[in-house]
Amino acid sequence: MTISIDPQKTNNESLQPKGWLRYFSFSLDHKVIGIQYLVCGFLFYLIGGTLASAIRIELASPMSDFMPRDVYNQVLTLHGTIMIFLWIVPVVNGAFGNYLIPFYVGARDMAFPRLNAVAFWLIPPSGLMLVASYFVEGAAQAGWTAYPPLSITTPQSGQIIWILSVLLLGGSSIFGGINFIATIIKLRRPGLKLMQLPMYCWAMLGTSLLVVLSTPVLAGTLILLSFDIIANTGFFNPVLGGNVVVYQHLFWFYSHPAVYIMVLPAFGLVSEILPVHARKPLFGYTTMVFSIMGIVVLGLVVWAHHMFTSGTPPWMRLFFTIATAFIAVPTGIKFFNWVATLWGGKISINSAMLFSCGFIINFVFGGITGVALAQVPFDIHVHDTYFVVAHFHYIVYGGTVFIIFSSIYHWFPKVIGKMLNEKLGILHFIITFIGFNLCFAPQHWLGLNGMPRRVAEYDPQFQFVNQISSLGALLMAISTIPFLINVFLSVRNGKNAGDNPWNALTPEWLTSSPPPVENWEGEAPLVEEPYGYGKEISEQK
Amino acid sequence: MTTLDSSKEIQKNNSEVNETHEDFRMFGLITFLIADGMTFAGFFAAYLTYKAVNPLPDGAIYELELPIPTLNTILLLVSSATFHKAGKALLKDKNSDSQKWLFFTAFLGIIFLICQLFEYFHLPFGLTDNLFASTFYALTGFHGLHVTLGTLMILIIAWQSRINGGRLTSRNMFPLEAVELYWHFVDGIWVVLFIILYLL
Repeated sequence: MTISIDPQKTNNESLQPKGWLRYFSFSLDHKVIGIQYLVCGFLFYLIGGTLASAIRIELASPMSDFMPRDVYNQVLTLHGTIMIFLWIVPVVNGAFGNYLIPFYVGARDMAFPRLNAVAFWLIPPSGLMLVASYFVEGAAQAGWTAYPPLSITTPQSGQIIWILSVLLLGGSSIFGGINFIATIIKLRRPGLKLMQLPMYCWAMLGTSLLVVLSTPVLAGTLILLSFDIIANTGFFNPVLGGNVVVYQHLFWFYSHPAVYIMVLPAFGLVSEILPVHARKPLFGYTTMVFSIMGIVVLGLVVWAHHMFTSGTPPWMRLFFTIATAFIAVPTGIKFFNWVATLWGGKISINSAMLFSCGFIINFVFGGITGVALAQVPFDIHVHDTYFVVAHFHYIVYGGTVFIIFSSIYHWFPKVIGKMLNEKLGILHFIITFIGFNLCFAPQHWLGLNGMPRRVAEYDPQFQFVNQISSLGALLMAISTIPFLINVFLSVRNGKNAGDNPWNALTPEWLTSSPPPVENWEGEAPLVEEPYGYGKEISEQK
Repeated sequence: MTTLDSSKEIQKNNSEVNETHEDFRMFGLITFLIADGMTFAGFFAAYLTYKAVNPLPDGAIYELELPIPTLNTILLLVSSATFHKAGKALLKDKNSDSQKWLFFTAFLGIIFLICQLFEYFHLPFGLTDNLFASTFYALTGFHGLHVTLGTLMILIIAWQSRINGGRLTSRNMFPLEAVELYWHFVDGIWVVLFIILYLL
């Protein structure tokens, strides 16, 4: 274990961050921006979660009695858009990326601090604009995919506000991506090699490449769509000679990589959390790196597997089925690596570890249904049914959101300097895990039996299973309560954490908690083995 | 090696630590231009797909004349060369020469935009006439927006390269280099656009 720390490490109180008002300012400090992303994202998560609860209340009975049909469509559109663009993408990239990446590369801030602050401050206005569109003439109704001709024929104002909002969020995402690439490649501390970086850096590098390569295509597509809506052009309007499938291709060229933009950072975060709490080195570092880069490359060439029922020609179906099946290989490698990391480790059963293990279990389910959905005959059977809903919620909730919670439990002591309450944390995990599986596992069955998604009404024979699912959603809503209580109690009077409560080796733990403004009092430490756990003992022998 | 604002702040806060790092603003700009290029790639992909699968309906007019766009291609290529001249002149501390070349480049950009508008007004089809017309205006318009922004930036750096009190000198070349790279990028996109839209 070689960690060189500046011997002149002194506690200079004047460098400690002060005051909560800086979280409402145009701060250039990457740690402040990271927390801004996290809290802002969590507020939108609560809004999106309320909308999800409304959806599940509506679906507790077969008739559309809780809200009118068009309101149901608006609610599901807002739910999808808020959860993806305002909660998962900003938090798993922006929040943890901004907080951790400068530590991991041994820098004092991101490469472009001002661009970083701009990227964050694009989010609250666009989010508020999106939510406010409900009160204008009704929000967008065409789902988060905004497929034409539906998006062209539904009321215009809501759809246009939706487009503007997503364009701003896309811009924020691109600025963030440019910043991460420059920080990881160019701002590394002298002497720190690429293959010594913690895994989250690699995950963020891959994610940022996807962001930079695919988000602009979405922006261009949405500009064309807004022309169709405002200027009466016919890019995607079959009546005027346009082609709706072109929209789907361009949209999924972004939105399939978007799945990896949401989940690759979670892969990185879980690779940081597991070794610490299992006290073992991360298994197969090199294969992890190549798996991430493999997923990046393959992730860009599989988009049409969302479009098997859109009249895609057979050769295209064949190519995209095979390419999608290939993604299971690098993903599978990562899973075996995580299991091997846990294998024989000295595992602490704490909230962070439980949420990470929950992630592994849920994501295996989501991954298996994903491979199933890539097969054309099966996909045609379950296309646009609740099977798809179950699949992607297993990926983005069971996968990424579990990791977001896991990461909050893991890094809270570093950010605040206080420990979270473990009992409340474990309660949070148990309710979330049971609620989540109760909510989404039955939806596989619903989908296989042909219940279509995005419709407020359904065949009465599905009522019982839908009610089980709604019960699960209720538990998920309740699970937020112990978490919020835990955070508020711990911020006020939690147990002092000290600098390194988990005895972790990654660089962010080698400074005080909370870290000073410039991250380190002296020179940044050179961490050559971020996962060198268990070696202390062998060295002692 | 350049000391950036952030590291200046570091030195202010912590005088013991004296850190500088390599200038990676150009790296960030290149990443941004790759992203911008992907937007154009999306538009080109849409246009080519339309060409391949959506036939032009009966009676629809989509005819493009070559002379003006050819002139525009030459204008942009020459402007790339004159911009390069401006950079060379600045490197030799000939600020006034550099400023002349920059103004000439901006002038070429403005001529390009005027030619483009002239073409728009004389084309036999409008924005909503048919699919290809819409795509043509969207692509050339989006490119024209880039040329407009580029011309404005050239005028700004031309102002900054003035002899008395200008911040653009041979020691601070970055603004010029950044705009130059952007301008070459816009030229390159135009060449691709010219081939795909007019020649294919």
